[in-house]
Amino acid sequence: MKKVLMSVAVGAAFVMAAGSASAQTLNQVKSRGVLQCGSNTGLAGFGQPDAQGNWTGLDVDYCRAVAAAIFNDASKVKFVPLSAKDRFTALQSGEVDILVRNTTWTMSRDTQLGLEFGPVNYYDGQGFMVRKKLKIASAMELSGASVCTQQGTTTELNLADFFRANKLKYEVVAFASSDETIKAYDAGRCDVFTTDASGLYAERLKLTAPDDHIVLPEIISKEPLGAAWRHGDNQWGDIVKWTHYAMVTAEELGVTKANVDEMLKSTNPDVKRLLGTEGKFGEAIGLTNDWAYRIIKLVGNYGESFDRNVGAGSRLKIARGVNALWSKGGLQYAPPIR
Amino acid sequence: MNTQVVSASSKAYVRQEPAAVLPPPGSLIGPLAWIRDNLFSSPSNILLTVVAAAVAYISIPGFLNFLIFDAVWTGADREACIAKDGVVPGACWAFVRERVNFFIYGFYPVDQRWRVDVFFVLGAIGVAWMLWLKAPRRDIGMIYFLVVLPLVSYYLLGGADWLGLSAVDTARWGGLMVTLVVAGVGIVASLPLGILLALGRRSKLPVIKFFSVMFIEFVRGVPLITVLFMANTMLPLFLPDNITVDKLLRALVGIGLFASAYMAEVVRAGLQALPKGQYEGAMAMGLGYWQMMRLIILPQALKVTIPNIVNTYIGLFKDTSLLLIVGIFDFLKAIETARIDPQWAAPTTSTTGYAFAAIVYFLFCYGMASYARAMERRLSVADKR
Repeated sequence: MKKVLMSVAVGAAFVMAAGSASAQTLNQVKSRGVLQCGSNTGLAGFGQPDAQGNWTGLDVDYCRAVAAAIFNDASKVKFVPLSAKDRFTALQSGEVDILVRNTTWTMSRDTQLGLEFGPVNYYDGQGFMVRKKLKIASAMELSGASVCTQQGTTTELNLADFFRANKLKYEVVAFASSDETIKAYDAGRCDVFTTDASGLYAERLKLTAPDDHIVLPEIISKEPLGAAWRHGDNQWGDIVKWTHYAMVTAEELGVTKANVDEMLKSTNPDVKRLLGTEGKFGEAIGLTNDWAYRIIKLVGNYGESFDRNVGAGSRLKIARGVNALWSKGGLQYAPPIR
Repeated sequence: MNTQVVSASSKAYVRQEPAAVLPPPGSLIGPLAWIRDNLFSSPSNILLTVVAAAVAYISIPGFLNFLIFDAVWTGADREACIAKDGVVPGACWAFVRERVNFFIYGFYPVDQRWRVDVFFVLGAIGVAWMLWLKAPRRDIGMIYFLVVLPLVSYYLLGGADWLGLSAVDTARWGGLMVTLVVAGVGIVASLPLGILLALGRRSKLPVIKFFSVMFIEFVRGVPLITVLFMANTMLPLFLPDNITVDKLLRALVGIGLFASAYMAEVVRAGLQALPKGQYEGAMAMGLGYWQMMRLIILPQALKVTIPNIVNTYIGLFKDTSLLLIVGIFDFLKAIETARIDPQWAAPTTSTTGYAFAAIVYFLFCYGMASYARAMERRLSVADKR
């Protein structure tokens, strides 16, 4: 029954997606006066309300940056919390303009749902956490280990693939919820805890002695998390894509929230093109030429956003790793603005 | 007879005063006797008592230690609640204290939260007016509760330009406020709808009967979660692009209809419990259908089913927590979201959040159950004669 329902839903989605394939999103957003952003219902570091009910996080910053580019006001975002199940429908049906909700970019989602996936604002992947006292430095040394994981997730499948491919022996100890899993690991029911690397850091904080545990360097799956929008509206897609690229470029050029006003006087042609003091790159995507200036002024560059939400400046303390700039050995790479 | 007794009392061997009443034998009174009668009256009771005492002995101290004695009451972030020297502290109430406003108001703008407070006060007045049997003018209270309160709340919470209240999108509603709004709408809507459906199902008119049966059986045949998914995921696909129905409204309609189908069956049980003579007697008096229902049948039928009605209400109140699946921030979801915040990540944060949720849900449900019990006692006076 579920399958039938799903196929009906997907079929209906196609029809609707075909209907909505026009360059209308920007106009709709402008006339509505607020960007509708499909967000997480709560994920540490990515989308999370604080005590006053204000959303913060890496994904949240992406939406705020798009709003900043369009309205010159990072607060003109309506966050629509979506569960994993209704997120694509909400985007297809036009309930949200953009979906930034730690959604993994996969081929089937990109090609079969009538959606476009954009730049990856966080390269995630499944990792392992072990106790320091085991003196393990690499996942390759995990043979014979018992592994705590959540039931019925892709995590469990990736785990099986990894151990089989490397001919390592292991024993799965699976639990229904992530809370039970981390509690069991903390109580010593297993040697290894596995989930997406971003989650490992958040879960580690819940342990009795977080400092006695380390996250191993191996990442055994590819989980590129990025923004998604409706298929067919290329102008809107350009805005979403280049918002992220502007943030990455700003980091690369050393333009920060604090120094962006000074940087307006910069003579560096790359900076001038980014901040709109030279060229008409903003107008070409339907915005004003100071679009990137607004983003950086109101939200900050990618590095600042990363640091504040998930990186060293946050409690999660996730290492930049593969999310570092390409010039620093990571994967974050923006095409040149020219 | 009487005079004889009086005259006899003058004899020396007759007591002048009645003998002092002796206390009952020690084995029949006092705490020991109570314990023997109530806890150790038979081998099976002895066994049960021992087991229950053992369970209490094992669990209660741990419970109290966690919730009260080892708990952390103050602090600004996770540092207060993390393990110190390998010892995990008890409940992290500091976390609940810091986030309690989020649990109650959700994303409601901070400077507008007085509106929610006013809503709570108005709601409390309405509930007290309806439920306190000696309150003056309960007929006005009824109108206030069923008509004035919903209208006022709608504008108060949602905003009204003509009153100078800024609009607050329902996406920003959250926490206990949403739980109460949804449960309140479900409770208020389900009883009248349920009564109509129950009457429809017992109607002699085939079309009405058919549609009532269809509706009840269809809705009862699917889980609430499916109804919510339908309302939330499928409905937007079938509507044109430019029409979006408010997410909370969709859930409200779904829950209201769901609860009324269950209520219909509860009311029908009450209708069927009445002897046929009640119907025939009413008709013999020359009462019309609606008069008969209003004056004779429903008062008796509803009285019989009070425990079941309240049972449905309590179930509905707790079912509101399913809203979190469709991304509406009800009370439980607000706690769920806050407990994963790295600011408060500590071994006991989640447990504390859930304990707080349990306490709040318990208070509400126990309140409803207690009121229903008092109501039943009052209404059953007639049966005791």
